[in-house]
Amino acid sequence: MKYWVAFQTLVIKEILRFSRIWVQTVLPPAITTALYFVIFGTLIGSQLGEMDGFRYIDFIVPGLILMAVISNSYANVVSSFYQAKFQGNVEEMLVAPIPPWVILLGYVTGGVARGVAIGILVTLVSMFFSDLTVHSYGITLGVFVLTSVLFSLAGFINAVYANSFDDISIIPTFVLTPLTYLGGVFYSIKLLPEFWQQVSLANPVLYMVNAFRYGLLGVSDIEVGLAIPIILGFIAVLFLFALLLLKRGVGIKS
Amino acid sequence: MQALKIRNLEKTYAKGPHALCGIDLDVEEGDFFALLGPNGAGKSTTIGIICSLVNKTSGTVEVFGHDLDRAPEAVKACIGYVPQEFNFNPFEPVGEIVINQGGYYGLARAEAHHRAEVCLRQLELWGKREEQARSLSGGMKRRLMIARALVHRPRLLILDEPTAGVDIEIRLSMWDFLRGINADGTTIILTTHYLEEAEHLCRNIAIINEGRIAERARMHEMLRRLHQQDLILDIAEPVEALPQIEGYQLKRLESCILEAKVASGRDLSGLFVGLAEAGIRVVSMRNKQNRLEQLFLDMVGNHRERTA
Repeated sequence: MKYWVAFQTLVIKEILRFSRIWVQTVLPPAITTALYFVIFGTLIGSQLGEMDGFRYIDFIVPGLILMAVISNSYANVVSSFYQAKFQGNVEEMLVAPIPPWVILLGYVTGGVARGVAIGILVTLVSMFFSDLTVHSYGITLGVFVLTSVLFSLAGFINAVYANSFDDISIIPTFVLTPLTYLGGVFYSIKLLPEFWQQVSLANPVLYMVNAFRYGLLGVSDIEVGLAIPIILGFIAVLFLFALLLLKRGVGIKS
Repeated sequence: MQALKIRNLEKTYAKGPHALCGIDLDVEEGDFFALLGPNGAGKSTTIGIICSLVNKTSGTVEVFGHDLDRAPEAVKACIGYVPQEFNFNPFEPVGEIVINQGGYYGLARAEAHHRAEVCLRQLELWGKREEQARSLSGGMKRRLMIARALVHRPRLLILDEPTAGVDIEIRLSMWDFLRGINADGTTIILTTHYLEEAEHLCRNIAIINEGRIAERARMHEMLRRLHQQDLILDIAEPVEALPQIEGYQLKRLESCILEAKVASGRDLSGLFVGLAEAGIRVVSMRNKQNRLEQLFLDMVGNHRERTA
C-alpha cells in the first residue's frame, strides 16, 4: 500500500510538472505536427500520389503520431530525472523508503502520461487533415503505449548517465531523430534499394512505426507479429538495465 | 535503545583517499548529538551513508536496531534528513514539496496534506505554501527543508549545517524549535560549523577528523577538559597599573578593556575580589573565544599530530 502511495505521488508530481509548463511541453508538438501535415501532407503530399494504396497524408499520419509519442516520452523522463539530479531533489526519493523499481515505474509512467497525452493531441490535429481510420484497436493502442514505455525507459537511462544539459540533448539529436526519420515515418522501405531495406530492418523504430501503421491503416513493411515481441524484448532489457543502474546508484550516489 | 550504532565504517571514493577509516559511533535514543569536524573530515560522508545517499565501502550501520544492509527501508523510515545544500525543486510550490515528501514515505494524500500543514505552521511557512520555493528567503528555505524532513515524524533527525547563512534571530528561533522536538522525543544528530550552536544544543559530542573519531564525550565533560578560560572584562574607568592577583593573569587590551586568564578549576570570585580591592569596577564580562571552539581547535590539532 505504501509503495502504491509513493508511486501515485511520483506520477502526480510528474504530470503536474509537464502540465505546469504546457507551453513548452504540450503546445510545440501540436504546432510542429500541424506544420508537417500542412507541408508534407497537403502541399508536397498532394503531388506524390498514393503510397501503399493510401493518400500520402494518410500514410504519414501513424508515423507522425508515433514520432510525437517517442520524442515526448523520452524528453519527459530525461529532462525530469536529470533536473532532479542537477537540483539535488533526487535525494528526496533516495532518503525515503521507496524501492528502486517504484521510482523507475513512477518516472516511466510520467513519461507515458506525457507521451499518450501528446499522442492523443497530435491524433486530434491529424483529423483536420486526414480521414483517420482504425484497422485494429488492440494493435494501435498496444503499440502506442508500449512505444511510450520503451522510450521513457531509454530517457531514464540517458538521464542516469548525463552529467550536463548537453548530455541530455545529444542522444535525442544524434540518435533518436535519425532513427525516427529513417524508421519509415515518411516512406515505405519498399521504395529503398534492397541493401538499404536490409539496413533499415536493424532500426527498431521501423518496427514500431510499421506496427502502429498496421493498427491504423492495415498496411506494414514488416511482419507485425515480429514487432510486438521486439518491442517487449527491448522494454524488458531496458527496464532491467535501468533498475540495475538505480540499485547501484550510478550517477546519483557516490 | 540506541538510535544509531556504527561499527568500523569505511568509505573509499573511486578516485580519492580514504574518506572514512573505520568509524565506530553510538548515539542513544533521545540524545541531541553533535558531530563536529573540520571541512573534509568525513562528517557529510558519514551522514550520507546513514541516509543512503552514499554507498559505504565496508562496516555496519544500525538505526533503531534496523541494519542498513538488511532492512534499508526500515532504516530510511526512521530518519529525517536536512541537508547542507538546498536540494528541493525551486519551481515547485512549498506545500507540494512537503506533501510529496510525505507521499514518498507512504502517507496517503489527505494525511500528507494534514501533516504538511502542521509542519509548515510550526515553521511559520504555511502562508507561503502556494509560492514557488525559489521565492523564499534563505532562512525560509532552511525551515522548508526542516518541515520536509519532519513530515513523516522521524525518530531520528539528522541536520547537516541547518543554520548556515541564516541571521541570528532565525537561528535562535530554530534552536528553540529543535530543542522542542528533541524534548518531545526525537533524537537529533547535528553537524555545524557554529560551535556555539553545538555547545548550546547538544548533550553529547563526537569530533571527527581525517576520517577517524578523534573524540567522543559528553558535552559538559569535554568542556571541563579546557585548561584555561580567557575572559574579556569591560571596566568602568581606566587604571594606571594592573593588580597582581594570585592564580589569575591580567593583561590590558585597551584603556577600559582587560583580558583575564583563569586556570581551569579556579572560581571567578577570587578574580572579582582582587579587582574590587584594586578599585577596579567590572561593567561586563564575556568569553574571549567560544569554549568549545577552543577545545575543538586543540583536539583537532592534537589528533593531527598523533596521526602524522
